[in-house]
Amino acid sequence: MKFERYGIGIAKGLRVTIRHLLRRPITTQYPEQRLNTSRRIRGNELIWDKEKCTGCATCAKTCPQGSIHIVTSVSIEENKYKVEKFEVDHGYCIFCGLCVEACPYEALFMGYAYERARYRRGELVLAKEGLLASEERKPSGYAHPEIAATLPKQSLLLDKDRGKR
Amino acid sequence: MATAWLPPDWPGNFWAHWAIFAVISIVFVLLMFMVFVWVERRAMGIMQARLGPNRAGPFGILQPAADGLKVLLKEDIVPAKGDKVVHWLAPVVAVVPVLLIFAVVPFQGGALLVDLNIGILYIVAISSVTTVGVFMAGWASNNKYSLLGAMRQVASVVSYEIPVVLSIVGVILLAGSLSMQQIVMAQDIPFILLQPLGFLLFFIGALAEINRAPFDLMEADSEIVAGFHIEYSGMKFALFYLVEYGEALAISAIVTTLFLGGWRGPLLPPWLWFLVKVGIVFFVIVWIRTTVPRVRIDQLMALAWKFLFPLALLNLLITAVEILVWPAVSLWVMVPINIAVMIVLVLLWSRFFKLGWGKVEV
Repeated sequence: MKFERYGIGIAKGLRVTIRHLLRRPITTQYPEQRLNTSRRIRGNELIWDKEKCTGCATCAKTCPQGSIHIVTSVSIEENKYKVEKFEVDHGYCIFCGLCVEACPYEALFMGYAYERARYRRGELVLAKEGLLASEERKPSGYAHPEIAATLPKQSLLLDKDRGKR
Repeated sequence: MATAWLPPDWPGNFWAHWAIFAVISIVFVLLMFMVFVWVERRAMGIMQARLGPNRAGPFGILQPAADGLKVLLKEDIVPAKGDKVVHWLAPVVAVVPVLLIFAVVPFQGGALLVDLNIGILYIVAISSVTTVGVFMAGWASNNKYSLLGAMRQVASVVSYEIPVVLSIVGVILLAGSLSMQQIVMAQDIPFILLQPLGFLLFFIGALAEINRAPFDLMEADSEIVAGFHIEYSGMKFALFYLVEYGEALAISAIVTTLFLGGWRGPLLPPWLWFLVKVGIVFFVIVWIRTTVPRVRIDQLMALAWKFLFPLALLNLLITAVEILVWPAVSLWVMVPINIAVMIVLVLLWSRFFKLGWGKVEV
């Protein structure tokens, strides 16, 4: 005699739903409450370190989309490449992170920000000065564990104080 | 309790009484409609680990008002090949009976539009007219889904009217009157204790009649999109929305009056008791909606005819025998007997409940 058939099943279900009245809702109200993203997030934009870059163009070669455009000239006095142009079209970027992994001088980073959407395609093309790190454009810990260590831990939906930040 | 009893023509003049209570019942329906929409969406949200609407006003209490405003500004679309007159008339035919029900619902002693001596019969009669409006909507829309939804509505109302009315008859036998006022006055013990089986049958049947989940086949979103009001927009849709919640409110009020002792209760003022009980019943309806999945159409029909109908007949028989054979026995003795009878009968009938000679999974 299966008692599930005699209304016990419905009673069990009713108990589950009524107990949800006392639990915290899972919803995060986004613009007001924000969860910490993963420390290794690949973000919306690339970040470029002007000082470390040698203009070797490894990033441009690894890019599967060809969205990195780099032009260098030789500087005889300093005996190194001078970066004339470093331009990334984020409209083509697939955020695979290969350029960041490939960079032999650790001069490229993925961005930590995720709210860098633009209204026009042209605004997605960033060059030299626009690619530098700033307050809104922090580098993320992707392929850079030393940066990841400094970032706040990702908040999980299970965390009690999530969304307080 | 008797202190709160108002004279039948309060405040002293027939027309004043009529005007005041007509306004009170309509305002009551519209206000409770907004409260219920809010309660349903919030409670359902919280039970599903969401938040529910919380943007418009504190805790989102202005959400129904915002919805109403939005719906007023929407374009009124009529299908090109639909029956324009019937399409226009259907929401009105559906709304008016729902408002009429509240003419005989006592908010407290004497506080009702008119104390009909056939009150509950009047409710049963008038509430069925809503179905005509719904069927008109389904037919006039010239849409297969809306027609299908309306057909299902008619089928379920015709089937469920029988157990519902039969379980009401049990209450009438106990109260000895059809007047809502007299039924409340007869409940020294709330009839939910004396008529537990009748209450169960009435509640299930009522849920099916007002298309609440798990019997919301008529507007099953996942199969026939929205049922009869699929082609309605703007204010006409709002009227159908009002019908839906107005019926839920009516059922809550009728359950309160018939089974939960109406406005009677200690300490609190009677009208507050009435509101509290209505609120509790509506919360249970929402609670069931969040919990139970939708039934199939064959299950719906089988439940009405194979389960509710025979049990309602038996309930009526048992109640009649109790009243005729042991009229002198205290009603308190009947309470445990009736509860035991309910448990035995429900278990027994659940065991015999089959679909398609047992070939179809229940």
